Amino acid sequence: MPLATELRERFNIHPDPGAAVIALAGNPNTGKSTIFNALTGLKQHTGNWPGKTVLQTQGTFHFGGKKYILVDLPGTYSLLANSAEEIVTRDFLCFARPDATVVVTDATCLERNLNLALQVMEITSKVIVCVNFIDEARRKNIFIDVDCLARELGVPVVVTAARNGLGLTELKAGIDALARGQIVTSPRRLIYDPDIEEAVARLEEKIPGEIKEWINARWLALRIIDHDRSTLDNIRQYFKVPEWGVLRERYKYCPT
Amino acid sequence: MKALPLSELPTGQWGRVVSLKARGMARCRLLDLGLVPDTPVQAVRRSPLGDPTAYRIRGALIALRREEAGQVLVTPL
Repeated sequence: MPLATELRERFNIHPDPGAAVIALAGNPNTGKSTIFNALTGLKQHTGNWPGKTVLQTQGTFHFGGKKYILVDLPGTYSLLANSAEEIVTRDFLCFARPDATVVVTDATCLERNLNLALQVMEITSKVIVCVNFIDEARRKNIFIDVDCLARELGVPVVVTAARNGLGLTELKAGIDALARGQIVTSPRRLIYDPDIEEAVARLEEKIPGEIKEWINARWLALRIIDHDRSTLDNIRQYFKVPEWGVLRERYKYCPT
Repeated sequence: MKALPLSELPTGQWGRVVSLKARGMARCRLLDLGLVPDTPVQAVRRSPLGDPTAYRIRGALIALRREEAGQVLVTPL
């Protein structure tokens, strides 16, 4: 079985040739599930994430003659994996590698939602930001400069009011264009302090090729510096790479 | 003005985050909630038993336990 299929199977994504896998991420209470229901209608299937008591919902929709499998990820503030929800979200993005990821944000407190968007953009470049509750924001006299936001983030931005069905066609079109590769994003990259950047560059070189092919090396180097044990353990579980143990041992004493 | 732990900020009052005492994952968690230096934060309401307290942080209402809020240093505004 090819690695891509095998890794997706681990997350209950069954092979469906021609179908693209879309992840739906976002902070809690951003209307993620409303968007999920609006996009998929009643064509959804609920279960659990493997080995977790975190609920997994999958559904499908069609756009432009293509089938999309939409996976509703648990609501999280972060991907730095403190909780089961964060681990599921991070692992899905990292190992199942969705063809596109929608980050759902709340227009009424957009700022606090961008933390997650930036973290997702560190793992994958195939990101579309959905600014939801735009109706409520307007009521509160909050106006979102969508073009500026898209320019600053380097990824497409779509506004929605999912409860009223507003913007959903645009969202589907955005997902479709991204998954087909018609839109190429250039996600804003966070630049860290020089000492960290130097360590990242050194580490990136040491990450084995077969892992680099699959996982964003820069992101992984940052996790090694964080001494993010759960990411490293899961990588060891998914990839049988002998040098990995050595790499991990070397950075065991990095300050956290 | 002298910095004090966020847990000591009187209800209704605004403060500005100066620094975080927490380290490791606890620090990460507080940063993820939006408590980065210079962020204005308001103590909104204390629960009947005095703990936790609801804080307004970047447009959202978030409850923090005393031990968590105590790790955040703020100057009252």
